Amino acid sequence: MKKLKLLITGLGIATFGEANADYALNLSPGVTQLSRDIYDLHMYILWICVAIGVGVYGMMVYSIMHHRKSKGVVPAHFHENTKLEVIWTIIPFVILLAMAIPATKVMIEAYDTSASDMTVKVTGYQWKWRYTYLDNGIDFFSTLDAKSNEARQLGVRSNPEAVPNYLLEVDKPLVIPAGKKVRFLFTAADVIHSWWVPKFGWKKDAIPGYVTDAWTKVEQPGIYRGQCAELCGRDHGFMPIVVDVKSEADYNKWVEAQKAQAQKAVTDAAKTYSMAELMAKGEEVYNASCAGCHMANGEGMQGMFPAIKGSAVATGDLNTHLDVVVKGKGQMMPAFGDSLSPVEIAAVVTYQRNGFGNNKGDLVQPSDVSARN
Amino acid sequence: MTEATHEEHAIHDEHIAHGHHDEHDHHGPAKGFMRWVFTTNHKDIGTLYLVTALIMFMVGGAMALVIRAELFEPGMQYVDPNFFNQMTTLHALIMVFGAVMPAFVGFANWMIPMMIGAPDMALPRMNNWSFWILPFAFVMLASTLFMDGGAPAAGWTLYPPLVLQGGAHLPFAIFTVHLLGMSSIMGAINIIVTVFNMRAPGMTLMKLPLFVWTWVITAFLLITVMPVFAGAVTMLLTDKFFGTSFFNAAGGGDPVLYQHLFWFFGHPEVYIMILPSFGVISTIIPTFARKPLFGYSSMVYATASIGFLSFIVWAHHQYTVGMPLAGELYFTYATMLIAVPTGVKVFNWVATMWKGAMTFETPMLFAIAFVVLFTMGGFTGLMMSISPADLQYHDTYFIVAHFHYVLVPGAVFALFAGTYYWLPKWTGHMYDEKLGKLHFWLSTVSVNVLFFPQHFLGLAGMPRRIPDYAVQFAEFNAMSSVGAFIFGFAQLIFVWVVIKAIRGGEKATDEVWEGASEHGLEWTLPSPPPYHTWTTAPDIK
Repeated sequence: MKKLKLLITGLGIATFGEANADYALNLSPGVTQLSRDIYDLHMYILWICVAIGVGVYGMMVYSIMHHRKSKGVVPAHFHENTKLEVIWTIIPFVILLAMAIPATKVMIEAYDTSASDMTVKVTGYQWKWRYTYLDNGIDFFSTLDAKSNEARQLGVRSNPEAVPNYLLEVDKPLVIPAGKKVRFLFTAADVIHSWWVPKFGWKKDAIPGYVTDAWTKVEQPGIYRGQCAELCGRDHGFMPIVVDVKSEADYNKWVEAQKAQAQKAVTDAAKTYSMAELMAKGEEVYNASCAGCHMANGEGMQGMFPAIKGSAVATGDLNTHLDVVVKGKGQMMPAFGDSLSPVEIAAVVTYQRNGFGNNKGDLVQPSDVSARN
Repeated sequence: MTEATHEEHAIHDEHIAHGHHDEHDHHGPAKGFMRWVFTTNHKDIGTLYLVTALIMFMVGGAMALVIRAELFEPGMQYVDPNFFNQMTTLHALIMVFGAVMPAFVGFANWMIPMMIGAPDMALPRMNNWSFWILPFAFVMLASTLFMDGGAPAAGWTLYPPLVLQGGAHLPFAIFTVHLLGMSSIMGAINIIVTVFNMRAPGMTLMKLPLFVWTWVITAFLLITVMPVFAGAVTMLLTDKFFGTSFFNAAGGGDPVLYQHLFWFFGHPEVYIMILPSFGVISTIIPTFARKPLFGYSSMVYATASIGFLSFIVWAHHQYTVGMPLAGELYFTYATMLIAVPTGVKVFNWVATMWKGAMTFETPMLFAIAFVVLFTMGGFTGLMMSISPADLQYHDTYFIVAHFHYVLVPGAVFALFAGTYYWLPKWTGHMYDEKLGKLHFWLSTVSVNVLFFPQHFLGLAGMPRRIPDYAVQFAEFNAMSSVGAFIFGFAQLIFVWVVIKAIRGGEKATDEVWEGASEHGLEWTLPSPPPYHTWTTAPDIK
């Protein structure tokens, strides 16, 4: 029934040009001066193309209607005209010049990262983003939120429409102040990713070993969404970007709260936790950070991602297991020492060693993790 | 076709054919399966290429339908994201290297000797070899689907570091690329040598049919870029297995270097698929407009310019990698220039139709659809050449729409047009015009339902190569999937039309199309042509 409805609305758009759906036909002008300039450039080229198209297609249609054998036309024999060839070489060239000049201006604008008010370093990971505020040391990861993550699993048969901002929601958005020029530095920890928020007007690749840059200056507070644009492996489609642009006052409050939270994480890491606490927290962390490859049931994927269930690592020496999680292994297993806190690593390792029928009985504390780092 | 002219030609042709037959009857095809294994005959090898291309077209198409089925609605319904990535990768590799390129090589094998008055290709044994590499290469590529970790899943561009995460398939995929490259280079050398050495007396370069010209230029592109691609993937291989760090940043290498190498191959590669299409269209439109091609020499120069420009624009595929500003601007300007010779071609086609006496048989319908829809892809290509605008378009469905417009109603429609045009010559039977027209209309309508909405998806913010999407993209994806299934199944009509024409049907005249003998030497030969043609060179006016 749902499929049928979708199909009818889909074809309805084609036939009647409108439907009660939240779709868009064109680029968004966006929310910055740069994005509007890019939008204007896009529309300018689009209309030039439409004008040329009307001319060329018009000639063709006229010719097809009138110059047909069935109308008794006797074919002409002309087959060259140097003047004409020169004209239709030069005119397009002039049109191109008229496009190149504004294009150059906008490109120079897009590349001008000077005089920024603050800098955020963005690191792409499979499959999440890390945001490091170079000015105040705030540093966190941003991953697909739990609801979307659950609904997007194969065979769940969920209703994506019931999930708010399906696939475009994260656990922790990037927060930046409105009205400030923010410079971004991009790099990646594993493979190439690309950071794209359409309303900012651009995307930039995050490449291991490279630092690329770009900038934005958002005028109005609001929530802006985007996605990774460069194929980066299995969960490429599931690493959204959410930017929460706050007024300057709200942004400052947020910074204070982050600092307090960082303080709390330090004290938390010194605490001792019970098995139940670690298992509950561990399951949460596992589903967010591990299940993408090792699967929610811990069985992995044959030939690609090893199983956790009954694995030599998860049922073997604890320190080896911790090292794999903290420092990574080979080209596929990322190092989680940066992206997860000691509490989270302690929890997830405990969960892996006791869940999936592994039943090792090990209880890992945050202090054990800090010792390996 | 008027009866009188046809009969005159038939007599004339029979005379020529007999002249050949008396001496060469014992050189007819061998019997049975071994005929195809050992053949060195350009027509047989052409057929082998075309049949292979058709099979691969259906295989690659089936993979596209897996993709479109998964994308029909939001949520993951049928395949794991990793398998989805394998499908997008294999679909592209198979369509590019298995369907479009071999099909044009098939056309070249069949038509170039017949068009230039040569008895065969210059290097017939190498011709056999360059075909027979292909089936083994594709079996090897397909076998990766059954390996641990599955087939390549990093996209047809095989970008490191992602591709280096691949499992057992990697060396097989790379070896496949090597084999395909060898096959293409041998084919290209053969075409160049044939055209430069085996033209009939009087067939000067500026009298060559445009299809031959476009293929010569394509062949030069092939021998220039294929070794670059082979080198780049070999560097991937040593990075993965022999401890080198060409592309590994941690070892001092550069992941973007691969992209530069790949696109130095990849951009000419897309012209390798489109230039012979231009040749086919420039052959068909004059026949059905009953007028000579307008601006022949400017068409040749435009093709050569496009070929040259294709070497100096590659980084427009990489506007977002963080090139220096000067690089961005250079590649923007150079890329925009391609619009000039491409525009010249389109204007010349329209001028050829102008004041002609057109009829609209299936080949002409496909040719007209090519001009209209390829031009659409040209417009979006021009838009994407503008680097700041491409900061939005890059890696979205807008790009997917663009290159499918130039490759499906572009290259593939040119292949359909050429097949319908020459099928009566090849088989000696007229194809079923009613079914041909049905195939045309179903394909043309559905290809637009399939790809036009993808422009909207891309502009609205949908990245490419994702197996699932946010709900605001649902309507256009549903539409696109419906178009895909109609388009896919419409191709079964094409397969049937071809089989039907091979098996029988109305006998085709030698000229096949009214006045065609003024448009190419192939139409002065019998339909079907004898196994050996032009053992004595034809007279060129």
